[in-house]
This record gives sequence, C-alpha cells and structure tokens, in this order.
Amino acid sequence: MDGVLVSIRDLRVAFAGVPALRGVDLDIAAGESLGLVGESGCGKSVTWLAALGLLTGATATGSVILTGAELLGAPAAALERVRGGRIAMIFQDPSSALNPVLSIGRQIAEALRLHRGLAGAAARAESRRLLDVVGMPDAGGRLDAFAHELSGGQNQRAMIAMALAGEPDLLIADEPTTALDATIQAQILDLLRRLQAERGMALVLISHDLAVVGDLCRRVAVMYGGRIVEEAPAASLFARPAHPYTAGLLAAMPELDGPRRRLAAIPGGVPEPGDFPSGCAFAPRCPRAGPDCVAGVPPPRSLEPGHRAACLRVAA
Amino acid sequence: MTALLHLDGVSRVYRGRRRWFGRGRDVRAVDAVSLTLAPGRTLGLVGESGCGKSTTGRIALGIEPPDAGSVHFRGARLAPPGTVQWRRQRAELQLVPQDPLGALDRRLPVAAQIAEPLLIHGLGSPAERRARVDALLADVGLGAAAGNRYPHQLSGGQRQRVVIARALAAGPALLVCDEPVSALDVSIQAQVVNMLVDLQAARGIALLFISHDLKLVRQISHSVAVMYLGRIVEQGDPEAIFAAPLHPYAQALVSAIPVPGPRQRPRIVLAGEPPDPADRPAGCAFHPRCRRVSAVCRAEPPELTRQADGRLVACHHAGAVA
Repeated sequence: MDGVLVSIRDLRVAFAGVPALRGVDLDIAAGESLGLVGESGCGKSVTWLAALGLLTGATATGSVILTGAELLGAPAAALERVRGGRIAMIFQDPSSALNPVLSIGRQIAEALRLHRGLAGAAARAESRRLLDVVGMPDAGGRLDAFAHELSGGQNQRAMIAMALAGEPDLLIADEPTTALDATIQAQILDLLRRLQAERGMALVLISHDLAVVGDLCRRVAVMYGGRIVEEAPAASLFARPAHPYTAGLLAAMPELDGPRRRLAAIPGGVPEPGDFPSGCAFAPRCPRAGPDCVAGVPPPRSLEPGHRAACLRVAA
Repeated sequence: MTALLHLDGVSRVYRGRRRWFGRGRDVRAVDAVSLTLAPGRTLGLVGESGCGKSTTGRIALGIEPPDAGSVHFRGARLAPPGTVQWRRQRAELQLVPQDPLGALDRRLPVAAQIAEPLLIHGLGSPAERRARVDALLADVGLGAAAGNRYPHQLSGGQRQRVVIARALAAGPALLVCDEPVSALDVSIQAQVVNMLVDLQAARGIALLFISHDLKLVRQISHSVAVMYLGRIVEQGDPEAIFAAPLHPYAQALVSAIPVPGPRQRPRIVLAGEPPDPADRPAGCAFHPRCRRVSAVCRAEPPELTRQADGRLVACHHAGAVA
C-alpha cells in the first residue's frame, strides 16, 4: 500500500494470561478513513490502546510501526511525543475524559504547550481558533467554561479540539457519537468528515454501528473474537459481505427503506475474552460452519483487491 | 375497536427548587400528550433525550400520576397509586427497562425474581408458581437451569430475557418497553426484538415501544409518535412518517440516521442543541432550530392537526410544504 502511516503486525494482547487480541494485522494509509467494527469484547478498542501503550497490566506482543518507528515497547518519552502529537484519540464519553476542574481553554492550551510549545496569549488565541474549527458556538466565551457547563455534543467538540491541538496525522475516534442524541451524532459525524478531508488527516472510527461506519469511512475492518475477520472497501463490504459474521450483522440491522421484514438474528451469544472458541471464533454461531472450521484458525483469503475475509467457505 | 390504553391530554411538571426571593424553574416534561393504544398493537415513541418519552411511558404505566389530563385503561380511569384497584390494574401494565442489570437484584437467583410479580399479585400456589416460572423461562428462550443463576452469571441478552419473563409473569395486556435493546450488542438486539414480536403475536400484548432507534421502530410499530420537548410533533403510520416526514423536526431526525454509502437526500443538520426543558421557547418549541420558522411560530404553539393522509402534525407550515 502506498504511504502507509501505521502498520500493525500480529498484535496480540493478553490480560493476566487471558487473550483479548489474537493476532491483528492492519495497515492505515496516510489520510484514509478506516472503520473498525465489532461487538463488545472483540478487541477493537484494545487494538489502539495497546498500540499507543495505554494499557496497564497487559502483555502486548507483535509490532506497531508508525512511519518506520516501532511503538510497541518504545520508551515512555517517545510514546508521549506520539500520543497527542502524531496520533490522537477521542473517546465515547467526553464528559468523563475531560478534566472537571480545569477550564476547556486550559486543557487545550496544555496540549498546545506539550506538542507545539505554545504558551500564554498565543496558546489562548490558538485554543480559541481550534474551538472555532470544531464549530463550538461562542468559542471565545467557552474557553473559560468547565465540562459540566457544556452539553454532551459540546464536550465532544472540545475533545476534538484538544485532539487537533497537536496536529496529528491520525485521529482514533472510539465510539465518538454513541453517547449522543441522533441529531447531535449527525453534527459530530459531519464535523469529523470535514476535518478529515480538510486536514488530510487519517481517521480510524471504532464503532459497534455498521451504519455509522459506512456513513463516514471509505474502508472497513470487521473484528470478532480478537481478530479481524473481514477487511474491504466500504462499498464492497456492504454490497458483497463475504464473511458470514459480516453478512449476519448486516442482516440483523433494521432498514429505513424497503419492505418491513423480520430481523435476521444471529443465534448464540457474543464470546467474551477468556472464552473465545478455538479455530474460527464465529464457528459456533455460523450457519455454514463444519468440523474444518473448528480445526484451525482460517487464514485471510483475498477476494478482490483490498477485500479479504478469514473464512474457509469463501471462494478465493 | 376499543382502546386498551388512552392518554388524554396528559401533562407532567417537575417542580424546580425554590430559591430565596426567586422562582424555581418548573420543568414541563410532558405537555398535553394524547395517545391511544389498541390491544395487541405496537406504538413506537421516538425522540431525543429529554423529550419526555420515558415520562410518558411512566404515566402510561400508572407509576407517575399526570398533573393534568387522564389515563384510561380498558375504559376505566387509572386508580390513584397505592389503591387496591390500582394494584389490580398494574398487574396488566408492565415495564421492560433499558438496563437489565440495574433492574435485577444481584443477590437473588433470577427464578425468585421472575416469581415476584406472582407473589405480589397473589397468583397461584407455590407449586403452580414454580411451574409458571419454568414456563416463563422457556417462553423467553432460557432453560429452567438458568433460573438458579444470579444476574452476573448471565450475559446482557440473557438478563434482558429474564426481565421480559418477569414482566410477563402476571399476564400483562401492555408492556412499556423503554429502550429495551439499546444496551445490547447488535447481533443480540435482533434476537430480543424478534422474541418480543413473537410473544406479542402469541399473547396479544400491546407494546408501547420507546426508542431512539428509528429504523427499529419502523420495523415493528403499527403507529409511531415523534416527541420534541414534551409534545408530540408528528404521529401516524410509520411507513409514511419515516418515508416522508412532514414536521421539520421529524425531517431532521430521519435525515440524521446514518446510512452506509452515498445518501439519496442531503442530510439536514440541525443547528444548536435541543433546548433545556426548563427553558422552553415560546410558541413552537422547535422554532429556534427550524428552517421554516416564521413570525407565527415564535408566537403561537401549533396544534396537532390531521393531514390529508390521516397523520397528525403540529406545525404551522405542515400543509404548505410537503
């Protein structure tokens, strides 16, 4: 791939010996938008927390290379320059990610001081400009506001402004709109789309919601049981899902158009780390599974350029 | 067909805290809402947080008495809370809440919790109750062995099945489902929704289905009401409303639904935040965010008015622009 920004190879994470991530390979190109989809416990957040050295009490092996530099096991000082500087991350619940006793302006200024060496009036002016960029109403007045004085949507805008302060090459947005109302979710998705296009910044959107990912991202990776099971351009994934899990997720989603129909549920439950099935993790719930699926982990097969699925039933 | 449940102009006001020399701010959570639910049918209630949909559900259940208006169940007015008649009516009105872990007692096996409504309403002998609990567990797709387990030993989807079994125990005619699948994984949501629809078909239960998920509401509802700041702004056939909403807020809400790939219609992105229910704008509450606002919207609250296709819309400009 041309212009690879981050290259993840065989990333494995275990908490006290319990595997949460079981060999993830993923490339992020500069300036691209990638959606990482899956249900609870599939490892979509852990992938990035491990890559950025944000997990405590976990063992991570494999490799995460950011433009030639290995991040896994890198010294703390090097990681601190990467976090917020090259790769920024925003989370689901902005009001708990923000510091309740510091004003929004102080928190953005702190990121500006750490990553761009700005202080005093220059930092305040830049903080204000960033709040304008993320569409904060009355940006000047909000510099001195605290998180509890803002709405959920405004807090998420403040988080995005902080994330932009270090001018990152990659923004990881972990369920950024899940806690927000529908009309506010639409505002934040539009903001992320605009920022990504204007700044040429790569974006990884972590979400449980295929529709949100399909709305915003050009490429999608689907995770299940600590592995990536399918990876494809968004258009191919929605038109021709290859992995039975992806197809099942799409069929389980109600639609806004077309005839009303009974939802096609996937039987069984979502496996939890520590209880991942051997072989293909989806086999116990899969309508097409056979003994061969349990025997070993299916390797990814290439279907068309950029479209891979880890399933024995997929015709390569 | 006679209505199973009828809310007639119900309002609910939460009194704000009074301060020295100041007036507390009252929050009008629900304002003159009228709804009718037929036996065995599903009414979807949609809107964003703070729009009053959960309070409306609690009024329908008789948990919260309305400050104005009335609730009729099977043609009789809901009795005041705590009375014998209210208790009898409440056996037929049950809630399925969003968070099953919060709704269950962590220290009791789930079978004991499913049996609780039977004890409260004095239904059956101990042996009959045990048999009934096993049957209820089977109805929601759980084995009898699951009854001996504690909530933390079950998955989120299984816990929600337990909550539904408990709601069904006393043989209700109406379930108020308040975001019943929002906390569940996507692949589990469809299982629970299908189960609710099947139970409804088998037992003729009516559902008041409160949700922010418009796509889900469209799939399962026979009629739908969209709420904004305590009032119903549009109400009618879900196919018609979601295909071509008439109220500008309903239009924005439908267009805010994320869809994969290029969208047919451009998205209407609403400016600003939903206003504070304690500081309700004059006239039409939606007018500060509305694209079609005019002088009359700032002065006069619009009435719900029947349109040519039968749906109800509360907008001064509903007839003018489709």
